Amino acid sequence: MESMIFDLATTPLRELNQFLHHEAKTGAVEKVVVLNPDGAHNIAVGLDCPVEVEVKGHAGYYAGGMNKTGSVIIRGSAGTGVAENMMSGKVHVKGFASNGAGASAHGGLLVIDGDAGLRCGISLKGGDIVVGGSVGSFSAFMAQAGRMVICGDAGDALGDSLYEAVIYVRGKIKSLGADTHIEPMSEDDLAAVADLLAQAGMEHAPSEFKRIASKRELYHWNADANQEY
Amino acid sequence: METKPEQLKHISREESAGYDHKTQDYIRNAAAHGLYEIRGLGAKRKLPNFDDLVFLGASLSRYPLEGYREKCVTKTLLGTRFAKKPIELEIPITIAGMSFGSLSAHVKESLGRAASELGTSTTTGDGGMTQEERLSSKTLVYQCLPSRYGFNPDDVRRADAIEVVIGQGAKPGGGGMLLGQKVSSRVAKMRALPEGIDQRSACRHPDWTGPDDLAIKIHELREMTDWEKPIYVKVGATRTFHDVKLAVHAGADVIVVDGMQGGTAATQTCFIEHVGIPTLAALRQAVEALEDLNMKGTVQLIVSGGIRTGADVAKALAMGADAVAIGQGVLVALGCNSESYIQNGQHLSAEKDYAALGTAPGFCHHCHTGKCPVGITTQDAILEQRLQPEIGAKRLRNYLKTLNMELTTIARACGKQNVHHLEREDLVALTVEAAAMARLPLAGTDWVPGMAGY
Repeated sequence: MESMIFDLATTPLRELNQFLHHEAKTGAVEKVVVLNPDGAHNIAVGLDCPVEVEVKGHAGYYAGGMNKTGSVIIRGSAGTGVAENMMSGKVHVKGFASNGAGASAHGGLLVIDGDAGLRCGISLKGGDIVVGGSVGSFSAFMAQAGRMVICGDAGDALGDSLYEAVIYVRGKIKSLGADTHIEPMSEDDLAAVADLLAQAGMEHAPSEFKRIASKRELYHWNADANQEY
Repeated sequence: METKPEQLKHISREESAGYDHKTQDYIRNAAAHGLYEIRGLGAKRKLPNFDDLVFLGASLSRYPLEGYREKCVTKTLLGTRFAKKPIELEIPITIAGMSFGSLSAHVKESLGRAASELGTSTTTGDGGMTQEERLSSKTLVYQCLPSRYGFNPDDVRRADAIEVVIGQGAKPGGGGMLLGQKVSSRVAKMRALPEGIDQRSACRHPDWTGPDDLAIKIHELREMTDWEKPIYVKVGATRTFHDVKLAVHAGADVIVVDGMQGGTAATQTCFIEHVGIPTLAALRQAVEALEDLNMKGTVQLIVSGGIRTGADVAKALAMGADAVAIGQGVLVALGCNSESYIQNGQHLSAEKDYAALGTAPGFCHHCHTGKCPVGITTQDAILEQRLQPEIGAKRLRNYLKTLNMELTTIARACGKQNVHHLEREDLVALTVEAAAMARLPLAGTDWVPGMAGY
């Protein structure tokens, strides 16, 4: 069987997820199509095999959460925490994403064609995020590793308390967070942005992006840093 | 002739209650460093606690069980509300969440071995699950913390239960800390952080913000694990009555309430001593919340924070807890604050190492430095050799066995064939404060402060 259809209007979510965790893992199908998602939460969480899941409509919270090697495409918008804690694989939101998109993702690629809400890429731990539109405030808060490419604008406190993650922004940045600054784009940065844009299927000149990284001044306790922590 | 007023021969030493030596030291330290003090362990101040309660043993009006012959069940079931595979423990005494990072890998292994032998559970901590603890611990509770350091779906799948940590008794409303000395290359790699940095964990979860969101998060973890594993929710004790109700509403199978005596590996002293409420008060509020929702027995309650003895366990159970979790008591059993450590079969003095930290055995709370003189709260390759897993496991096994024997001794004396049959009616309070917090009568009276209008 090449593909399988789950209609969430008539089938409980639990059946879909259990199918994805067990039958799909045996290689029974290559693709699962989810109809009438109607904003249901927790669609295709905990994928653990290279199955492709196509969600035809809007998804609720945590769509594609904790994904490992799977590929999820959402033909609509996604709620809070899409692809949270992803380890590998890909999650592609064709519409907009709500708060905490890609939160704590350790790996894989999250693509959002539209805008993302607050705290996009918060606590990022090695995953890559490409946002076609703009991101809300507090994005990349405490992001530790990984890369974010923002083709539009960024809200307040971008990259606050950033560790080793790197952010590339094409548009305006309302404000930078603590211990974060703009650095010059190196050849490696230009290549990284070009590669991520290509993976996301977006066309922009990498030279239009700025690089935002940690100043690394708050890595150790420092009495003179006052309330910057 | 006029007599001169008498001159005192000695120096009058009247210590100020407000500006005593401790307070003066605090102010001078603040002036010298411009940073708050960070330390380990829990609140050191005197608080109303389980010592302020006593049991009413059996006599003529109640019938006791024979101490050594009659059966007294200690089996404990956790996670019966929604999980397909609830946790079955032989004893109601579990090991509290403590991270690899704060503790050495040897310690984590000791905990797992002892707990497995006695049929109880251990809990991971901030920083993820190590191979050592998964292999050594038969029943392992995997924490989902705000930092999500090392949080891995494979570990979710190989855990026996998931504990969503909202807060900790030592620092409700705060995130963890791990100072640079303890961020070794292995710890740094597990947490995806640069080696040697002073690491501060987030205090809020990255992907949810309130009780309604938490309900969806718990649902995600259930879907993720095919509804097999119990989901615990751990809260630091503050507005416990409301927090427990909200956690039940969010779909928790088990609630863990951690009182202010609960320990930490590194937190601001002002946080440890001044934020949160005592375990005694929190436990009563948690039980009332479950009773109010008619959820007692459906949602299980684990209490932690200052549980040290079998009597403490018995009192917690009598007040309505289903199980307890122990952190600091476990560390002390392993040798925390002991004068010596064992190496090559010899007891060696650790006093010089305590002195180097500016402390002495019995007073040490320098877990945050990573220079634990007895090799427990360290990532140092030499110091961690001071506690071998076999020795640690043996000490801990003895400690847990003692607690369990004390617990059943008290339960039998109260006429109970099952430690879970201990009840509030078996307890009275020795102080007005404890009576008010635990809502138990002051011994020898029927007076419960705050009840019946006075």
